[in-house]
Amino acid sequence: MTLKKIIIAASLALSLAAVAFAEEPSKVTAASGSNSALTAPAGSGATATAATTTQAPAAAAVAPVKHKELKANKAITISMFAVIIAITMAVVVKAASKTKSAADFYAAGGGITGTQNGWAIAGDYMSAASFLGISGLISLYGYDGFMYSVGWLVAYITVLLIVAEPCRNAGKYTLGDILSFRTSPKPVRAFAAISTVSVSTFYLTAQMVGAGKLMALLVGIPYKISIIGVGILMVGYVVFGGMTATTWVQIIKAGLLMTGAFLLSVLVMAKAGFNPIGFFDTIVSNPNIQDHVSKMVLKDGIIMNGMDAGQRFLEPGLYLKNPLDQISLGMALVLGTAGMPHILMRFFTVPTAQAARKSVIIAMFIIGGFYILTTLLGFGSAIHLTPQGITAVDKGGNMATLMLAQQMGADISPIIGDLFLAFLCAVAFATILAVVSGLVLAASAAIAHDIYVNVIKDGHADQHEQVFAARVTSFVVGACGILIGIAAEKQNVAHLVALAFAVAASGNLPVVVLSLFWRKFNTAGVISGLIVGTVASIALVMVSPNMTYPKVVAAGAKKVVAAIQQKQAALPPGATLSENDAKALAKAMEDAKQDGTSMVGLERPLFSLKNPGIISIPLGFMAAIIGCLAFPSRRSEEMFDEVYVRQNTGLGMAKAIDH
Amino acid sequence: MAEKKYDWSAIARNPKFVELHHKKSAFLFGWWIFSCAYYFMLPIGAAYTPGIFRVKVLGPVNVGYVFALSQFFVSWGIALYYSHVANKDFDRLTRELIDELHK
Repeated sequence: MTLKKIIIAASLALSLAAVAFAEEPSKVTAASGSNSALTAPAGSGATATAATTTQAPAAAAVAPVKHKELKANKAITISMFAVIIAITMAVVVKAASKTKSAADFYAAGGGITGTQNGWAIAGDYMSAASFLGISGLISLYGYDGFMYSVGWLVAYITVLLIVAEPCRNAGKYTLGDILSFRTSPKPVRAFAAISTVSVSTFYLTAQMVGAGKLMALLVGIPYKISIIGVGILMVGYVVFGGMTATTWVQIIKAGLLMTGAFLLSVLVMAKAGFNPIGFFDTIVSNPNIQDHVSKMVLKDGIIMNGMDAGQRFLEPGLYLKNPLDQISLGMALVLGTAGMPHILMRFFTVPTAQAARKSVIIAMFIIGGFYILTTLLGFGSAIHLTPQGITAVDKGGNMATLMLAQQMGADISPIIGDLFLAFLCAVAFATILAVVSGLVLAASAAIAHDIYVNVIKDGHADQHEQVFAARVTSFVVGACGILIGIAAEKQNVAHLVALAFAVAASGNLPVVVLSLFWRKFNTAGVISGLIVGTVASIALVMVSPNMTYPKVVAAGAKKVVAAIQQKQAALPPGATLSENDAKALAKAMEDAKQDGTSMVGLERPLFSLKNPGIISIPLGFMAAIIGCLAFPSRRSEEMFDEVYVRQNTGLGMAKAIDH
Repeated sequence: MAEKKYDWSAIARNPKFVELHHKKSAFLFGWWIFSCAYYFMLPIGAAYTPGIFRVKVLGPVNVGYVFALSQFFVSWGIALYYSHVANKDFDRLTRELIDELHK
């Protein structure tokens, strides 16, 4: 107990010390490393230090927007990565020596406290997409970005009220454990494992591809090498340290993330004199934001300028345009989080239902606090970097927070800007490691514990064999993750996160809830619910606008071509199109040539929503209910009392509770 | 499994368990439905009543922003309230029931 506290204190101190220490090598790089800035392709003053030593910055140009690029100082960043790897490896070594039984491997022996688990849940949940993506969305689309983040917190109400405590009381290591209690264990475990592996794979692929691209962009490590590096680390954590190591990686990451977000928010608010109303006034009156908004609304045929456009930034509708899609996404989040296998798994690591409850509440405060901070970061980026400056670096705005860190730090001193950027890069790196480790563990638990131990070996496997199986499957799952990550480099994987939540909400959640709360629930219900929910969500995504439809792309491009040509025709004689327009025209003309069908052979989407939840969740519930009613099972009904008493009281739970 | 054997259906009929179960179900599902309803008012409201969301409250801060922010505080409030009730009532009832069974 106290030892663990000492470790976490030491690791935080170490990481902070690293910030201070890293100043030294960076001085070296300022001299010798400046050649990297010189050879940087654009060379327009990547960092403030580089700008002073190389060429004069082009910032004093007519346009008020400084087009800068984002390049982390490699030496500092990599030394921060090294510090994080060293700390987490130390935890792994310690955890490995204690990981002897299957309970140690999958559930850290049930020995994680509520507070620790709360931080770990937060660390497991806040992916790089929420860390970088949501503040980026806010910086480009204002209010809608913030609205987008709300569902991620509200989701935990479902986790808290409906699943956390019953799962702690009824389960052991996996989703299959909860579902197989009063059903035929073998088929139910097999289907639960398939569902767990598919949800984890979707989510893992999205994370791996994101990780590779982020590392390539930030530190200049090539995509494949980043994926292999992240993959080797995640396999190392999981194979050797199991749940204990994974938990500590998540706790450390959550601590670093909150520290970074908090520091950056303080810097942003300090600029606004700690006056929130004044902060919002600067948003509304910022000419760059006004210009950005007027361009966005112009696409919808609305003319809006000045303060009106600034105010519009704080109103809904710039990003989330289809209300049904938005509601559908909300449903998938609110119900899907509670069905995510790597989140469910976290409740088996605590000794009691009380600790499970406490951990969700702590996680809710951390996650909620973080999303509130992202508004400061997002709006802060919009003010200080301008939306134009942000999109110049990355169209999706994913780099906004990092650019903000560099600039806010550089306002104090150039070296602090570099350090702060390196620190946040390291946080992003730790974030990816924490999230992927949790996913690999969930997928391997499903294969090793459900399929191998309980289906193939009929539950007859000694501890040694179970742990060995768990390690082997973690290794295989991790290796597959690396291969999929490399193969998916060129794919658009953004919809995979939504798909993971949709499958969890439509397949997993209905069967978990019904098996905990409905007397008549049985094997047929579990299987039909899992199959229909999963297949429906995947099928709907396959025919949705998430896929690429070459003919639709071509039709859109033709409109752009027509619009630009019209603009060209209206130009006074002798004038030519601006560089941007000319580029857009060339690209649109290229796109207009596209022909063919989507992956499943469609010319246009059959289903107009990007998020399938609104249809697939009710389908999942209905299939589960109809399956039960069609094939009633007396035994399942008789066993309901036991399940219900157990999940409410914790009676008959594994020894951890009987002190 | 060196567990004590319990007569589960007898426990399920135990008045203490029935009380626990009724109190808990009403509380949990009631607040869950409330929180979902409150959450879905955000996307629905933003899409269908944007006029209300635009009304300014404090300087440029509008109803929409305050409402989105309130989601966080309402969620936290429900969580704290639940933990208060669970620690006080549900855990006490559970303990009493377990003590009774182990007598």
